[in-house]
Amino acid sequence: MKYVLMFCDTPSLYDQADPDEAKATYEEIFAWFGEHAAAGRIADGGAELQPVTTATTVKSGTDGPVVVDGPFSEAKEVVGGFTVIDVPDLDAALEMARSWPALKFPGVSVEVRPVVDHSEG
Amino acid sequence: MTPATAGTSAGADAALAAAIRAEAGGIVASLFRLTGDFDVAEEAVQEAVLEALRTWRRSGIPDRPGAWLQVAARRNALDRLRRQQRQQKVVARLRENVTVEEASPDEDERLPLLFGCCHPALAVEARLALTLRAVVGLTTAQIARAFLASEPTVAQRIVRAKRKIVVAAIPMTMPAPEQRAARLDDVLTVTYLMYNEGYVSTSGERGDDRDLADDALWLAGLVATSLPGEAEALGLCALLTLQHARQPARFDRGGRLVLLADQDRSRWDRAAIDSADRLLERAAALRRPGRFQLQAAIAACHASAPSWEATDWPQILVLYDMLLRYDRSPVTRLNRGVALGRVRGAAAALPYVDTLAPELDGYHLFHATRADLLRTLGQADDAATADARALELTRNPAEQMLLRARLAGERAAL
Repeated sequence: MKYVLMFCDTPSLYDQADPDEAKATYEEIFAWFGEHAAAGRIADGGAELQPVTTATTVKSGTDGPVVVDGPFSEAKEVVGGFTVIDVPDLDAALEMARSWPALKFPGVSVEVRPVVDHSEG
Repeated sequence: MTPATAGTSAGADAALAAAIRAEAGGIVASLFRLTGDFDVAEEAVQEAVLEALRTWRRSGIPDRPGAWLQVAARRNALDRLRRQQRQQKVVARLRENVTVEEASPDEDERLPLLFGCCHPALAVEARLALTLRAVVGLTTAQIARAFLASEPTVAQRIVRAKRKIVVAAIPMTMPAPEQRAARLDDVLTVTYLMYNEGYVSTSGERGDDRDLADDALWLAGLVATSLPGEAEALGLCALLTLQHARQPARFDRGGRLVLLADQDRSRWDRAAIDSADRLLERAAALRRPGRFQLQAAIAACHASAPSWEATDWPQILVLYDMLLRYDRSPVTRLNRGVALGRVRGAAAALPYVDTLAPELDGYHLFHATRADLLRTLGQADDAATADARALELTRNPAEQMLLRARLAGERAAL
């Protein structure tokens, strides 16, 4: 069963995080990927995204697509990265999400979404 | 056959409800195990329950209601799977395995089903509706009437929840040990909500309505029996048993609601209170306190008191202070306010209760509690205003009647 973990955070809360702690968390995140990849739970490493200030969005408009600066939604929380995991069920996926090292910071969340399986009729 | 021809008689309806409740959840679980398809299993049993309600009402409850329901549910599951034109292996398995299985009490398949239906990935209303349908065997129409909701609304809630269970692979299994306590709390919370939904709703107009309070008491018993080492499961069972024991005194002969302070305590079910005390002792021996045990301990204090005035209020206040460590909800703090009023007086309790206004302004019992304190302080005018606000906010007919009577008294006194 494949799920995407979307790692979300709240840019307005960035400056509240202690830089040393943030750096240490980065190392924990590498270890997290290492551990789960070794256990065969990572189907696709996914990507870590550049800050949301670098985002550009193409939106549908009456006269065709329109290019605008910024992310797709006005939400305070933004997606900072994602990875595709392969685990037996939602409980196993939630267990992985719960252990995401950055969750010790306020405004961080992990969205767990099942992936459409095109292999089944 | 047990004659249940008197379709409108409460006794026959209770017998129907009990027969269905005892079997439905186990059949959902075993069909799910055989088919691997939760939706097919759950729909097949729901259809069988509807058939049973129609048939048994006419011809009586069969000698082996479980076998009857299982045969009907299997036939429905086969039809569904055939329509889907797949899973031929499963169809064969269902056909072969026609012997009716008797549920074994040591490995009750209903428990994993219950934990799945109460999964935190589902919205609370969905957990409640799905548990009532899949585990307790209610029909969608019965659930809708109990919640004063429309049938399509409840049906859609259940369809969405089942879709999520299937698509997101929510497991119908017992949770991992490290999640066990939190997940058990979710299950107990749903059971508690079920009881309260039944406790406040007045008796339905339709003869085949289920008594949700009865269903919740049954479910709490099932969980406590299946997980005898879980103190909180015993605690909830004790709590609901105590609340149920007071049920006969909650309405007077004219069907009017009677508050705890004014109840005829000789009408409380003493045997039930004693059994709840034993449950609570067993829970306490496990030395793992929790919110349901503390609430049960508070209810036990009330149950053993000869009158409202002669209640051990200082003890109750201590128990509320302990309860707040587990449950900081505004309603719990409001109830603590009532105990505070009894111990230190209304003048001390009113400012405490007033701090809850931002969270509880839309809750009728907040205003009714304020009215009570204001009356004690001799502020009849403000008490009447608060009672009027409480009346506006409740949709329960029995509570409305009580508040109207109180308001009439207050206005007469002005």
